[in-house]
Amino acid sequence: MTRILGEPILSVDNISLAFGGVKALANVSFHVREHEILAIIGPNGAGKSSMLNVINGVYRPQVGEIRFRDRAWKRMVPYEAARLGIARTFQNIALFKGMSVLDNIMTGRNLKMRSGLIRQALYWGPNLREEIEHREKVEHIIDFLQIEHVRKTPVGRLPYGLQKRVELARALAAEPTLLLLDEPMAGMNVEEKQDMSRFVLDVNEEFGTTIVLIEHDMGVVMDISDRVVVLDYGRKIGDGTPDEIRANPEVIAAYLGVAH
Amino acid sequence: MLYREAGQFKSSYAEDQALFPIRQDRYGMLVLLAIAFVGVPLFASDYWLTAILVPFLVFSLAALGLNILTGYAGQLSLGTAAFMAVGAFAAYNFELRVPGLPVLVSFVLAGLVAALVGIAFGLPSLRIRGFYLAVATLAAQFFIPWLLVKVSWFSNYSASGVITTQPIEILGFVFDSPTRKYLLVLAIVCVLALAAKNLVRSSIGRAWMAVRDMDVAAEVIGIRIVRAKLIAFAVSSFYCGIAGALYAYAYLGSVEPDGFNLDLSFRILFMIIIGGVGSILGSFLGAAFITVLPIFLDVLLTDGAHLFNLSLPAGVTSMAQLVVFGGLIIFFLIVEPHGLARLWQIAKEKLRLWPFPH
Ligand SMILES: Nc1ncnc2c1ncn2[C@@H]1O[C@H](COP(=O)(O)OP(=O)(O)O)[C@@H](O)[C@H]1O
Ligand SMILES: [Mg+2]
Repeated sequence: MTRILGEPILSVDNISLAFGGVKALANVSFHVREHEILAIIGPNGAGKSSMLNVINGVYRPQVGEIRFRDRAWKRMVPYEAARLGIARTFQNIALFKGMSVLDNIMTGRNLKMRSGLIRQALYWGPNLREEIEHREKVEHIIDFLQIEHVRKTPVGRLPYGLQKRVELARALAAEPTLLLLDEPMAGMNVEEKQDMSRFVLDVNEEFGTTIVLIEHDMGVVMDISDRVVVLDYGRKIGDGTPDEIRANPEVIAAYLGVAH
Repeated sequence: MLYREAGQFKSSYAEDQALFPIRQDRYGMLVLLAIAFVGVPLFASDYWLTAILVPFLVFSLAALGLNILTGYAGQLSLGTAAFMAVGAFAAYNFELRVPGLPVLVSFVLAGLVAALVGIAFGLPSLRIRGFYLAVATLAAQFFIPWLLVKVSWFSNYSASGVITTQPIEILGFVFDSPTRKYLLVLAIVCVLALAAKNLVRSSIGRAWMAVRDMDVAAEVIGIRIVRAKLIAFAVSSFYCGIAGALYAYAYLGSVEPDGFNLDLSFRILFMIIIGGVGSILGSFLGAAFITVLPIFLDVLLTDGAHLFNLSLPAGVTSMAQLVVFGGLIIFFLIVEPHGLARLWQIAKEKLRLWPFPH
């Protein structure tokens, strides 16, 4: 590993989240270091997606605190999280169905665009320059993820694997410091998984993006992550390097045991 | 082979983002504009201008307004006519109460007043959506005409709220003939249609569509949903307000609040359903279709009756209209939700490949 992992950039402190009687998360704490790839694993319903939703403000935990860079909060809204540099993809593809691939990815630049309404209505001078400047950034990401051939296609017409890639592209377009990926490889075949793993590693290496991802495929997890956090019934039952996790008896019992 | 983009390589993103990146579309648009600005005034009869083309343009503008809100931003509204009423009465009052105010300024101010009213009635959209939002906009549809009748100050104390518009005069030039009114409406509609097209291909347009397609994902990527929705209500109502002002000043000359009823709102909703939800072109196609269809049916039925020596009972044409509208709306909702605009696009795609099917 050539990357230098920095100080903790994200700390999750003692988070508890319940939906009515269902405890989705119970006293979960962990941290992520700068430039790190952290995997969250655990059986279905363990609270993995809920954890990502808490980090970027889609869900509000009842207890606990999140610290990201120099900010700490108990409650967050997704818009603020985006502004702080947190981007994500969803477990069930959440693309904008009626828009082209290019427009979907361009929405990732919205936060950085400044033109007012009148300038946009004129589409002239400063607004045109701004559109083109951001288009160039987006084209760079399109090249990077090798989706040039579909850039004008409505996303709804793309096969599943490409849609997942477009969703990653949209998140990358925001140039996030922290990227949250909820099962980016779910439902993909072996080849698509390899491509996606490659992209995740490249993003991490080329842009230095810190990544938290949820993944079920243990082979992939062991290959690409620096560290693994294991959740089970909303509790954290493991936290360590892939090798440590593989050797953790509680984890084996709860989760890995199934596969071994 | 006529409609080919082969050989037209785009060497820059600026070219690729041009309004009409394909040459044939560019020329087609220029020809259309030449016909509209030069051909029509030379050859169209007064009947065509006043009874067909001016209402067509006015309704296109209203449909465009509704399409921004419903088609692009995904917020269903049944209050279109009410926002038109605000525009008409606001323009009338600006002209009446501010002596010497240029009429175009009155129109713009009227649009802005409608935008404010639109924002007010758009506030419920921050909490509710779909059917319930439609019901909330229905409140505007009943409240605004009622208020305009009730507070007779708005109509300068005329009976039942009827207003008769002041003459349109711009820089000493009076727009009194059908041709002049047509040209004025055409110019305004062209400018506003271009502005709408520009908005929907800029960041606010992408924000609207993102909110429409998946609001949680939109917020997560950093789009302010509240802002996007309220701007959609404002811009949409601005367009409807100007359409209302033109409806009064250039089309009817004299209007009453009850003319801006739910029926009119539905007519405009039908226009975007038939023309194409979420399409600038569709707003025009739908308006053309619904403006021309009654006339066409009328001619068809009357001539048909003559031909077979039948005498049709009164009201048959309007019945036929309802039946045909109903059928078409069901057809488009089920078979082609993107309307005529989508059919046109498919035709172009076919033409692009023709005569080679692959
Ligand atoms: N929006 C929600 N409303 C109610 N219950 C939820 C919601 N989201 C998640 N849960 C519940 O929280 C628990 C954890 O879910 P989730 O975080 O999706 O698990 P995972 O992603 O690990 O499969 C489950 O019991 C699930 O039913
Ligand atoms: Mg999940």
